[in-house]
Amino acid sequence: MPKIYLDHSATTPLHPEVKKAMEPYLTEFFGNPQSLHSFGEPAKKAIEEARHKVAQLIGAKTEEIYFTASGAESNNFAIKGIAWAYQEKGNHIITSAIEHFSILYPTKTLSKWGYEVTQIPVDKFGVVNPDDVRKAIKKTTILISIMHANNEIGTIEPIKEIAQIALDYGIPFHSDGVATVGQVPVKVSDLGVSSLSLAGHTFYGPKGAAALYLKKGTRIMPLIEGGIQEGGRRGGTENVAAIVGLGKACELAEQEMEKRIQQQKHLRNRIIQELPTKIDRVYLTGHPEKRLPGHASFCIEFIEGEAMLLLLDDEGIAAASGSACTSKALKASHVLLALGIDHALAQGSIVFTLGEDNSDSDIDTLLVKLPPIVDRLRQMSPLYAKFKKGEKLEGDKECIPKK
Amino acid sequence: MYSEKVMEHFRNPKNVGEIEDADGIGEVGNPVCGDMMTFYIKVKDNRLTDVKFKTFGCGAAIAVSSMVSEMAKGKTIEEALKITNQMVAQELGGLPPNKLHCSNLGADALHKAIEDYLNKKGGEGAKGAKT
Repeated sequence: MPKIYLDHSATTPLHPEVKKAMEPYLTEFFGNPQSLHSFGEPAKKAIEEARHKVAQLIGAKTEEIYFTASGAESNNFAIKGIAWAYQEKGNHIITSAIEHFSILYPTKTLSKWGYEVTQIPVDKFGVVNPDDVRKAIKKTTILISIMHANNEIGTIEPIKEIAQIALDYGIPFHSDGVATVGQVPVKVSDLGVSSLSLAGHTFYGPKGAAALYLKKGTRIMPLIEGGIQEGGRRGGTENVAAIVGLGKACELAEQEMEKRIQQQKHLRNRIIQELPTKIDRVYLTGHPEKRLPGHASFCIEFIEGEAMLLLLDDEGIAAASGSACTSKALKASHVLLALGIDHALAQGSIVFTLGEDNSDSDIDTLLVKLPPIVDRLRQMSPLYAKFKKGEKLEGDKECIPKK
Repeated sequence: MYSEKVMEHFRNPKNVGEIEDADGIGEVGNPVCGDMMTFYIKVKDNRLTDVKFKTFGCGAAIAVSSMVSEMAKGKTIEEALKITNQMVAQELGGLPPNKLHCSNLGADALHKAIEDYLNKKGGEGAKGAKT
């Protein structure tokens, strides 16, 4: 059975050219980039070339790129590092209700350490209103962090407007760009952010290499001390091969981006338009237009996401879900709840994220395979039985409207 | 993630459905907790002659429902009341730690259906005594 991968926001396959670029640094050029001898030199050079390529992709200066090991590390670095660096100026942090856990958890930790955190709510499409950010600003605000796009619902946030507000007040502004960098055009000077996270494994680079863009003049405290690497801001011997891979992935992303966007948009639109014609009571989550080109996410009523994923996997199709049962903590996705979706509907979350390897025939297969799975699970569902009998469903709030 | 036995019961659950003239119905859970199960039983001569269920939930919840229905079918009321969540999890070849609560729900829903049956029967018995 041919396998169909529709979970590219979890991770992407390694591009063959990225693999090729990495290989010499796993074998021949094993030297420590910090060594002064001839073994260290090619590794050092390769890292600096990669830094240049990352900078190119996002329109930054080379010296504004700091390599880390993951998107989560980049986000932790920005939140904790900037909050610490500016603590004599204040202790208030503004973020949104739909951030990734690698933003939410560090802000929670900081709130235990005496920082004050304001979470801006979102509308039913998951959009942050820039005015709400402006209103939340206090004299003590030292950091604003709003993600560029949400990985669960695909919504792209009005970062430019929010960054302008932060700039007007002279407050550092971080954006989690893990879902956008390498997928859609992202230029830091255009967005006006002070810092931005990115991770290579979401755009055909390797796992284990990510970066934080930090605008010159923005202060930050290191999370990992004790090394001279990354200008002393991030200690630890560099993961040379992965960093080289990240650089190559950035180079390819720049070349391929337009083509990738067009192809993914086409497939995404097919899912969004055709799925509701095959399944009733399926609701698109996130913004209908302002969304990632390869992102189609839904809540399918009366059934649960994990069961859908397992049955889809039996058909060779890989997808994701934000249902309570798929999460380790068994809690419904904070993102879906923030949109005003109730717990029962959030259980039916399913997320398809597309990539280079997907084709029209993959979507044809999905559209054939998913409806019987939904039907099978609904036949088992007491909620569906109640709905069919016209009984009022307990705690069932109005669903978000389809556009 | 799941044992083969769990996957088998999830892929081909036994006894899915409702019993129109059920002698007892037990409903547990709610969508906020994640899962919801409804069990229907038919009783004759103190034995569960038929057990059916409907479940809204994950793979584990569906597998647990199917396993509980199989374990309970043909048992006496007393025997069925002795089915515990540990027994269900064990029969399924184990469940991931964070899914053990699903096995609680399964046994609970069955016991609730039996309780419902006993309550109804108790009511009828009282009526019978009057005439």
